[in-house]
Amino acid sequence: MKVDEAPAAADAPVPPPIKSARQIRWVRRRKALGRIWATYRRNPLGMIGLVVLIFFVGVATYSVFMDKSQLQKTYVTEESIAPCTFATLPCPPSPNNPLGTDKDGRSVLALVIEGSRVSLMVGLTASVIAMVVGSAIGILAGYIGRWPDSVLMRFTDFFLVIPWLALAIVLASIFGQNLVVLIAIIGFTSWPGTARLVRAQTLSVREHLFVERSRALGASNSQVVLRHLLPNVMPVIFANTILTVAIAILSESSLSFLGLGDPRRITWGTMIDAAFDAGAISIGAWWWLMAPSLCIVLVVLAFTLCGYALDEIINPRMRER
Amino acid sequence: MGTQRYLLGKAGQAVLTLLFILTFNFFLFRILPGDPVRLLTKGTGQRLSVEEQAQLREELGLNQPLFPGQYLTYMGQTLRLDLGESSIVAPGQPVTSVFFEKLPKTLLLVATSTAASILFGVLLGIYGGWRRGSAGDLTGMTGSLVLYSIPEFVLGIMLLLLFAVTFQLFPTGGFESAVGDRTGIARALDIARHATLPWLTLTLAYIGEFVLVMRSSLLDVLGEEFIQLARAKGLREKWVLRRHAVRNALLPTVTLIALTFGFVLGGAITVELVFSYPGVGLMSFEALEGRDYALLQGTFLFFSIGVLIANLLADLIYAYVDPRVRTA
Amino acid sequence: MSVLSVKDLRVTYRTQGGDVPAVRGVSFDIEKGQVLGLAGESGCGKSTIAGAILRLHASKTKIEGDIELDGQKVLDLTPGKLRAVRWTGASIIFQGALHALNPVRRIGDQIAEAIQIHGLAGEREAKVRAGELLEQVGLPPRRVDDYPHELSGGQKQRVMIAMALACNPSLVIADEPTTALDVMVQAQVLRLLKALQTDLGLAMLFITHDLSVLVEVSDRLAVMYAGKIIEEGPANQVFHSPMHPYTQALALAFPEIGDDRFRRKPGGLGGDPPDPQAIPSGCPFHPRCPKRFEPCDDIVPELWDAGEHRTAACLLVPGAPTVATTGAVGAVEP
Repeated sequence: MKVDEAPAAADAPVPPPIKSARQIRWVRRRKALGRIWATYRRNPLGMIGLVVLIFFVGVATYSVFMDKSQLQKTYVTEESIAPCTFATLPCPPSPNNPLGTDKDGRSVLALVIEGSRVSLMVGLTASVIAMVVGSAIGILAGYIGRWPDSVLMRFTDFFLVIPWLALAIVLASIFGQNLVVLIAIIGFTSWPGTARLVRAQTLSVREHLFVERSRALGASNSQVVLRHLLPNVMPVIFANTILTVAIAILSESSLSFLGLGDPRRITWGTMIDAAFDAGAISIGAWWWLMAPSLCIVLVVLAFTLCGYALDEIINPRMRER
Repeated sequence: MGTQRYLLGKAGQAVLTLLFILTFNFFLFRILPGDPVRLLTKGTGQRLSVEEQAQLREELGLNQPLFPGQYLTYMGQTLRLDLGESSIVAPGQPVTSVFFEKLPKTLLLVATSTAASILFGVLLGIYGGWRRGSAGDLTGMTGSLVLYSIPEFVLGIMLLLLFAVTFQLFPTGGFESAVGDRTGIARALDIARHATLPWLTLTLAYIGEFVLVMRSSLLDVLGEEFIQLARAKGLREKWVLRRHAVRNALLPTVTLIALTFGFVLGGAITVELVFSYPGVGLMSFEALEGRDYALLQGTFLFFSIGVLIANLLADLIYAYVDPRVRTA
Repeated sequence: MSVLSVKDLRVTYRTQGGDVPAVRGVSFDIEKGQVLGLAGESGCGKSTIAGAILRLHASKTKIEGDIELDGQKVLDLTPGKLRAVRWTGASIIFQGALHALNPVRRIGDQIAEAIQIHGLAGEREAKVRAGELLEQVGLPPRRVDDYPHELSGGQKQRVMIAMALACNPSLVIADEPTTALDVMVQAQVLRLLKALQTDLGLAMLFITHDLSVLVEVSDRLAVMYAGKIIEEGPANQVFHSPMHPYTQALALAFPEIGDDRFRRKPGGLGGDPPDPQAIPSGCPFHPRCPKRFEPCDDIVPELWDAGEHRTAACLLVPGAPTVATTGAVGAVEP
């Protein structure tokens, strides 16, 4: 200590107010999120995926406000399909219809924009269902352990054995073809992967002492689960859900292509189905097929890249040697 | 000794799973909303008189209680491979015969494409892991991610548009040329030509996963200490790779094979549709379109059993490669 | 001629965060039949040296200096000659025998492999030899067909030792061979190592952080800190009358029952070893040193004479040059 340091003045600064436990938790969470974002930003592939996703979300949002008359076959006019005529439909891309038209003269661009909303919504909703079901089963199995764990895991493994598309076809053929049914089918058949992952994470978190300690302190099971287990399992669930959305979108497109989609709605899958059925391949109407196809590929790729990028942050593996 | 126990255990599990599948199948169609008789005849457009309906009901055992009556009848019939008759796709023909008639064509496609996916996927994955960061590795990874993101039927359509329509290198579909009676090698070549694009589609559709998993697990293994030891002993890099790294890295891939097979079967359905390839996949689609429930149910059952067999095979291979599972 | 002669070895890792100098100028010799113990905390660079001797590091790691094994300059060897020297000139017993053995191959095969690739025997003879080696380390020869997961930790370590002897090397490098083992097993393995070393007349470099182990096994002892050797000499002397303050603290951390020094003073040293990318000026130990005085943060000490056949890198040893000081801050003990 140096001699020339003056003693603190009488009006020393007031110490910061004591934060409540909840406030501290939130500050910590925000900081953690900030750190995650900083790391994520440095992942080029993850950023590309994110940009593409934001773009498509923008497109989907736009579809809400878009002029829906473009989607009606009755609104097709001679000028809307120029420079083609009714006899030369479907029309290749032109300045009037940048992505060409379908066999009824509707602008493929408009169809794709509309389809983006529905496809994304189906994908997101179905994967949320899968996430909820899978996580519930995974946490239950991992936390309770013993025979409920064995039973649940048998059940899960069994579901993994069933060929997915075959099951989905059977269910869709029985329960009808509408969007809600489709979402339900995809959601209630895609949970096994999530369940296994969540169970593994739950098991490893459960090993941690703080769970034991909080039990020793007298916390009830639900408190332990909510306060300690969930926050540590959520990151894994979140990263996995993103990958599940990708799978859900792929699933919906397959089901729609097989004619199981909702005939009253437009998704990228139903577009491809319609194009295929109309013989677009032999006509050579590649634009009608490729526009929705490319959208599917881009969106699925984007979700996959984001999911992997997040997964790397959450499960860092040291590979540098 | 441990191996036997392990395999018996796996076989036992398979039997149990088979039981689950059969039961699941049973409930799936019995808990349909609506009258099963009406569902069965819905698509055919037949209209049965009340007596005929009653007779059908009797035949199908629908007058018995669901459990155990109908269940046992169903189990008995299924185990005798009596899965009913197709109503739309091949009216009157037993489901089993319809299915097995078309199966060889699909097997040709699925077996060869799965083999190719695994073989080339593993090789590319090894290369990518060994030469990490190289141009080849980055290309492989990018390609794999992109291929993974393309639905199988979209890939099929792309290949169709490109090679069959634009460049006219391959036929646009079917199993063999309708015209001409070729025999022997000429016929085999013709069949091969028709099967090429569907085969390529299925191979490319699933190769990506194998590349990524193999690469990832090889990287994990290369960081292990026994690899350092192998080098320290004076082994060449290639030996280190072949004798030590790859064998360990293959393990997750084997597990993946079992998992993927279910998806390959699903992929076969959409791809056969795209290429009008007359296998069980296309048949499933026709059954679906016509609501031929007996055939659908039978197909679902056989597909599930197929995946079960694939799983069992994978367990066998895994036990061969990893001695640790043999000692229970 | 020494079996191993290391002169001014410098190893620098290249990472995303910059260059990391793990070893900054280390020199030592090991004669035939001699055991040199190398001690230090984790991160001081001792395992790096083990890898450097056989050039096991990634190609991007920079290795400079001179390493002579049986008269051959290791750093100048072509890849082919290097592979030939590995295991026959010097072999390594790795730490963590848990993952050092290939889990999907039989241990006999792994031992025999070393013999075969150096052309010392054909397949069948190599297998027989593997069995003999297992016997030498106290395991029944029939266990040659076992898989690693069928062995206990101690048994696996014995297999590692057997493997290390497979090609009759001149030098055996033991890198923390007992760290992962229970105390009882540790003692057994140590006894085995010492017996083998004496019987076969091996030169050995024994690396560990546990000084008390080294006292039993080594002839000479060298202590490392922040990438350099800071004390070296006959094992007994270095352990029982250390000259360098760091060695003193290290010795206190591994109490021996019966040794009076440990009766009342609990051992231990505050602070952490320095980050290799941010090594303190002058003597790298000075921030933690209880005996530091003014010139310590300025002058980089070298290994000066500290007694007969002993050296230490500290200004306080008799062989150190005298330095002018303006006044002592902190205690100075003679």
